[in-house]
Amino acid sequence: MAKTLAEKVWDRHVVRRGSGAEPDLLYIDLHLVHEVTSPQAFEGLRIAGRPVRRPDLTIATEDHNVPTVGIDLPIADPVSRTQVDTLRANCAEFGVRLHPMGDVEQGIVHVVGPQLGLTQPGMTVVCGDSHTSTHGAFGALAFGIGTSEVEHVLATQTLPLRPFKTMAVTITGELRPGVTAKDVILAVIARIGTGGGQGYVLEYRGEAIEKLSMEARMTVCNMSIEAGARAGMIAPDETTFAYLKGRPHAPGDALWDTAVADWRELRTDDGAVFDAEVVLDADELSPFVTWGTNPGQGLPLSARVPDPEQIADENERVAAEKALSYMDLVPGTPLRDISVDTVFLGSCTNGRIEDLRAAAAVLAGHRVADGVRMLVVPGSMRVKAQAEAEGLHEVFLAAGAEWRQAGCSMCLGMNPDQLAPGERSASTSNRNFEGRQGKGGRTHLVSPLVAAATAVLGTLSSPEDLVTAGAAAAVEN
Amino acid sequence: MKPFTTHTGVGVPLRRSNVDTDQIIPAVYLKRVTRTGFEDGLFAAWRADEHFVLNLEPYRAGSVLVAGPDFGTGSSREHAVWALSDYGFRTVLSTRFADIFRGNAGKAGLLAAQLEQSDIELLWKLLETEPGTEVTVDLREKTVRAKDFTAPFAVDDYTRWRLLEGLDDIGLTLREVAAIDEFEQARADYLPVTTPIA
Repeated sequence: MAKTLAEKVWDRHVVRRGSGAEPDLLYIDLHLVHEVTSPQAFEGLRIAGRPVRRPDLTIATEDHNVPTVGIDLPIADPVSRTQVDTLRANCAEFGVRLHPMGDVEQGIVHVVGPQLGLTQPGMTVVCGDSHTSTHGAFGALAFGIGTSEVEHVLATQTLPLRPFKTMAVTITGELRPGVTAKDVILAVIARIGTGGGQGYVLEYRGEAIEKLSMEARMTVCNMSIEAGARAGMIAPDETTFAYLKGRPHAPGDALWDTAVADWRELRTDDGAVFDAEVVLDADELSPFVTWGTNPGQGLPLSARVPDPEQIADENERVAAEKALSYMDLVPGTPLRDISVDTVFLGSCTNGRIEDLRAAAAVLAGHRVADGVRMLVVPGSMRVKAQAEAEGLHEVFLAAGAEWRQAGCSMCLGMNPDQLAPGERSASTSNRNFEGRQGKGGRTHLVSPLVAAATAVLGTLSSPEDLVTAGAAAAVEN
Repeated sequence: MKPFTTHTGVGVPLRRSNVDTDQIIPAVYLKRVTRTGFEDGLFAAWRADEHFVLNLEPYRAGSVLVAGPDFGTGSSREHAVWALSDYGFRTVLSTRFADIFRGNAGKAGLLAAQLEQSDIELLWKLLETEPGTEVTVDLREKTVRAKDFTAPFAVDDYTRWRLLEGLDDIGLTLREVAAIDEFEQARADYLPVTTPIA
């Protein structure tokens, strides 16, 4: 029978098929661990006297809490320090590999896994973090789990799960210059809604997706959860294999051909049936930004703040009213007129080297606007080192941005990188929830290109606006 | 895990859709390394408002939360379930739950029961016109009752069985360790291990 990619990966991992209402028992190939969602799981193991079944399929990194300045000093916040210390003690006790703060391989768990070559096509990957969907970019079935499930995987290397439904998200045509993976996924979420993907694995496909780099594919899959889907996947292809070749944990020369032959099977068969299908035309997409307090509340940058009065669905109307009140926005305001205090470039969505390159290319020769602070936080120490080797940090520093150490940082403000109440950000992260970046903070989700242009002009902008603004300034002179 | 058969408690109307887990418990409250005490972070931002429903008598002592659609979206943090449980909630009623939240709830003994939106609306009206009304959630019958109101709810059979029996997932899986051993023997040899590369 013709199968989808997700079904193929699922079937390869069934330890025991469930009968009736009972779920399947699925084997987990890679378990990523961080300091926030693991302490209670390790505590559970200790109480029950259970070991970690496969420490060699488990890897931990410190990311959510870590400061991005002064990392050679003890963490100032005692509670953050306790979480990090607890992870270190747990990893030592249970024999789990850990990349602590300051280590050359430390970084956001979803940046670290792929760059080490640990994330590979056809694998099952889990982590106590909803953005685990990122790893689906390799054709892996990757999804976030809760702490009880973390404990379950630590103890058994399996999870009882019921099969997901499948949804094809097809992006036809070609993206226009200046339109990025982030704009694609924000447009997808705006189309299907924050609950539209619930119960589904999304498979992104079509010409526009096939042309994306691995890092751009990770950006797309990363935000599958923002559409309610636990996982997003892209079939592996030559781009995937080229990215993996030579990475530390990728198959070596002896096994490479076997692995690639196996990976080539991981495509949705002709004639396979998806439970749902969505199609977007890449040619019609433009830079996208959010105006509200959930990631589905987004519009093209050229649009205006929507008027709740014109929203037919009552729940959505009420949600929009609450969002605009929280965001302190007036219906009808052009999105380009919204000024920000802070620009955040980073996170597991857009904290990779290509993101930094794209933003640096826009910033080069410009200054961050007066009254705006820009934080650049590489997704990992490797990304940071690479950026420094390319001189990108000098571009950021010359523009007046802050160049930080790796971590989750202002994406969720568990460390000191937070918005003050009432402050407004343009952020390359993934969630614009109330208070996400700091109590009372207001977040507009944007691509790295829009983030950089916004930093220069101080209002939500695309790189095109820099050209226009430059021309206008030249005329005035 | 404590078995869940039926529960009766004060119903709390939460007229909000898309209640994400950052609202249920903001990230700054996730820093504890123990399994208890998360009630202080529950709806922390909203509880700062004295008119928020949990700041009003008699809702303060509620144990059945009646929420709008798409409850528990966003972050996978299980602390959201712990915060609700630690506060005293045993059940959340909504039209639609985020997948991860629903899974987490089942594991921690919190019942996430799915109702029709029309029934949620009726319950909201009842709980607002008669504050303190007790709601009975019967997992055996899969019904919700309050005064004259009765409605069926949906919950998947496996979660229902585990909740009714109070069964621990890990214990159940470890009964199948032979099947796991066998599966591991047959895994492809190119698959990676995390052991550091020298």
